[in-house]
Amino acid sequence: MPLDAHVPSGPIGEQWDRRKFEMKLVSPANKRKYTVLVVGSGLAGASAAASLAELGYDVKCFCFQDSPRRAHSIAAQGGINAAKNYQNDGDSVYRLFYDTVKGGDFRSRESNVYRLAEVSVNIIDQCVAQGVPFAREYGGLLANRSFGGAQVSRTFYARGQTGQQLLLGAYQALERQVGLGRLHMFPRTEMLDLVMIDGRARGIVVRDLVSGAVTSHAGDDVVLATGGYSNVFYLSTNAKGSNCTAIWRAYKRGAGFANPCYTQIHPTCIPQSGEHQSKLTLMSESLRNDGRVWVPTRGGDTRAPGAIPESERDYYLERKYPSFGNLSPRDIASRAAKEVCDEGRGVGPGGRGVYLDFADAIKRLGENTIRERYGNLFEMYQRITGENPYAVPMRIYPAVHYAMGGLWVDYNLMSTIPGLHVAGEANFSDHGANRLGASALMQGLADGYFVLPYTVGDYLATAKPAPVNASHPAFREAERGVADRTAKLLAINGTRTTDSFHRELGKVMWEYCGMARNEKGLLFALDRIPQIREEFWQNVDVPGSDAELNQALEKAGRVADFMELGELICRDALERRESCGAHFREEYQTPDGEALRDDEHFAHVAVWQYRGDHQTPERLQEPLEFDNVHLSQRSYK
Amino acid sequence: MNLTLHVWRQAGPSTEGAFATYEARDISGDMSFLEMMDVVNEGLIERGEQPVAFDHDCREGICGSCGMMINGVAHGPMKATATCQLFMRHFHDGDAIHVEPWRARAFPVIKDLVVDRSALDRVIAAGGFITAPTGGARDANNILIAKTNADDAMDAAACIGCGACVAACPNGSASLFTGAKITHLGQLPQGQSERDRRVLQMVAQMDEEGFGGCTWHGECQEACPKNISLDVIARMNHDFLVASWTGAGDKRD
Repeated sequence: MPLDAHVPSGPIGEQWDRRKFEMKLVSPANKRKYTVLVVGSGLAGASAAASLAELGYDVKCFCFQDSPRRAHSIAAQGGINAAKNYQNDGDSVYRLFYDTVKGGDFRSRESNVYRLAEVSVNIIDQCVAQGVPFAREYGGLLANRSFGGAQVSRTFYARGQTGQQLLLGAYQALERQVGLGRLHMFPRTEMLDLVMIDGRARGIVVRDLVSGAVTSHAGDDVVLATGGYSNVFYLSTNAKGSNCTAIWRAYKRGAGFANPCYTQIHPTCIPQSGEHQSKLTLMSESLRNDGRVWVPTRGGDTRAPGAIPESERDYYLERKYPSFGNLSPRDIASRAAKEVCDEGRGVGPGGRGVYLDFADAIKRLGENTIRERYGNLFEMYQRITGENPYAVPMRIYPAVHYAMGGLWVDYNLMSTIPGLHVAGEANFSDHGANRLGASALMQGLADGYFVLPYTVGDYLATAKPAPVNASHPAFREAERGVADRTAKLLAINGTRTTDSFHRELGKVMWEYCGMARNEKGLLFALDRIPQIREEFWQNVDVPGSDAELNQALEKAGRVADFMELGELICRDALERRESCGAHFREEYQTPDGEALRDDEHFAHVAVWQYRGDHQTPERLQEPLEFDNVHLSQRSYK
Repeated sequence: MNLTLHVWRQAGPSTEGAFATYEARDISGDMSFLEMMDVVNEGLIERGEQPVAFDHDCREGICGSCGMMINGVAHGPMKATATCQLFMRHFHDGDAIHVEPWRARAFPVIKDLVVDRSALDRVIAAGGFITAPTGGARDANNILIAKTNADDAMDAAACIGCGACVAACPNGSASLFTGAKITHLGQLPQGQSERDRRVLQMVAQMDEEGFGGCTWHGECQEACPKNISLDVIARMNHDFLVASWTGAGDKRD
């Protein structure tokens, strides 16, 4: 498999302009002859679908939710970065690029990241034009704040609901195209296979989640914008429906899967309260702007937080990382929390929690200012925990949040399968081994509004895919595969629920492939996961039929895929014998416990190529070169 | 705590539904209402019965997927709280809880507690947007928006499209939902050029979908998990009258 990233030549600042000029164009009259299938309707999917339909392509968009407005992008709280430098504090495209490469611990492709920083400014313009109600200053200008790991204020936000407002902007643009008849939306529809003809992606097989009907859609280009796979851990901050099925089907059809082990643990989530827990809730890390993180100095201190004097508190982030303090990047803050809890200094039930304390900020700024800044987050916290964070410090603990890994894509966001583009969290492209706060929204919209509209056209104009329709035998074969798998799941009639398997898988993943990993644990997980999977296929109980709305069946199909992906994640984590960003291998750390990269052997993207269900996948590499940002050990001290 | 649930079961849109009674045992106060439903469903599957179908996704109160009538109240007893953010500590041991789907003509039941809310998408498609095709937008700070306007727009834009307002309304009206979008976009300078057209198209679509008219009961505001105020309906009515009287209505597509 060729792993040519197709990066344009020339200085990094000119590459995107150069590529845009080199690209072939589809004439306006011909655009409507091409059908683009967009799977997923989050920031990346909705913005791509709307923009491609505006250009005149025949677009079909699919989502499993009952409305495209509900995609999980909606839950992003904190903000979106852009190199506007409105605050005159020294920001620039180059600085955003630099911060993102460094924040990703030098495991991302420079050219992609530079482009991301470059188009970030256009995103804000676009969203404001659509009516996204970003926060404003009294003079009417846009407000900014600083956000996890950045020393400039470049984050735009709409209270604690930035993802919601950006998604509604894209959703409204999408619905406008629906109203104009240029875009067909298929809600409650799940992609279950990718159809290949002559080595190209030519369509998808979907299940109508209401009627159960399995049908095919043919197209000239397929865009997967189906989000991340953090739910492989069972407990994560992702929505319950978030799943890996679309990208996993594509992987099994030949798309390379890049860096699956790069899964981000978010430091500020509400700790788990019990076994019944179905998901974890994130508290925006913007809270770390004003909250101070601490634990008691000595272990087993069960006094109420207010009864612990200053001298017996350890503000460990401020102590260990004086220049970034409470704003240290996510991977660093998460590991530090685990470390103090492992030392027995954690707080709350089970000792898996640390305090996030606003007492100083309330004293300094007044309760009203804090309410203005974080009111909805405080309410949410109180609703879930029953505790008032204005009076007692919040308790937080890290949780799986985001997948930096995903399908491999080249500079044009095309996977190793011609005609299959991948956007947003579903691809691996921009965040390296660790994503900075407020960068996911930026990447989703960059891909959808400002990259795919160009690169999809270039593919169509260059490849000129021949007309195809869903009567081609390849579609029948794929539909049969889907139907067989469904029938198999329904016929098992075992004794355990899908959730019980999912929880079991999640525990193995979290324990052995979570915040810290080691060879012994990963080998254990690689042994254990296939056993769980085998038992699943013998003993799961999926009630109901395939000809109706059957949520148990949907869940079973998704969990079956998670059980395969989980194994690949552990395999990738095992083979990457270094620590970088969110991937922390205990064997590879500096004397003071920081991640120790091995640039000589691992400055590459690991790309996994499927070889068959009973074969070990092949590990290919895309070497990473750093011509602009000097390779160095990250230091936030 | 132990609870008795009376849950609406309905196999499909055209089949007759009925309440079924289930016991929910050992429910912790730290569970959300949906986690309690998960426990009930796991028990049903283990007993070889069909689990109760209900929409849910983010479980953080923002995606708008979930929604049930809980003891006759949309999203249950807590103010400004979506079903997924309702925690069981607000119930008591021995409580009997009736759980039903949204009830509204424009939201046909698909199965059990799952309803079809696609009518709301069509209301947005009719005009709930600002026409701003990708590319070519001017610098964001060239559009000044007073903080108060931006804040008011944001208050209205917080709508999660769950449909509780419709379910709570005796008329099954979607006025709070539609008014929220009209208010959000109508507060902003970018939204002015389409303001007349927007309100006329959206209201017409709302009628076409079979939503009832607003007779100012105010139940929607009480049920709204995002505290959207009735003011948005006043604004919608204002804009509608202005657009109709100024003749902008004649320019409709």
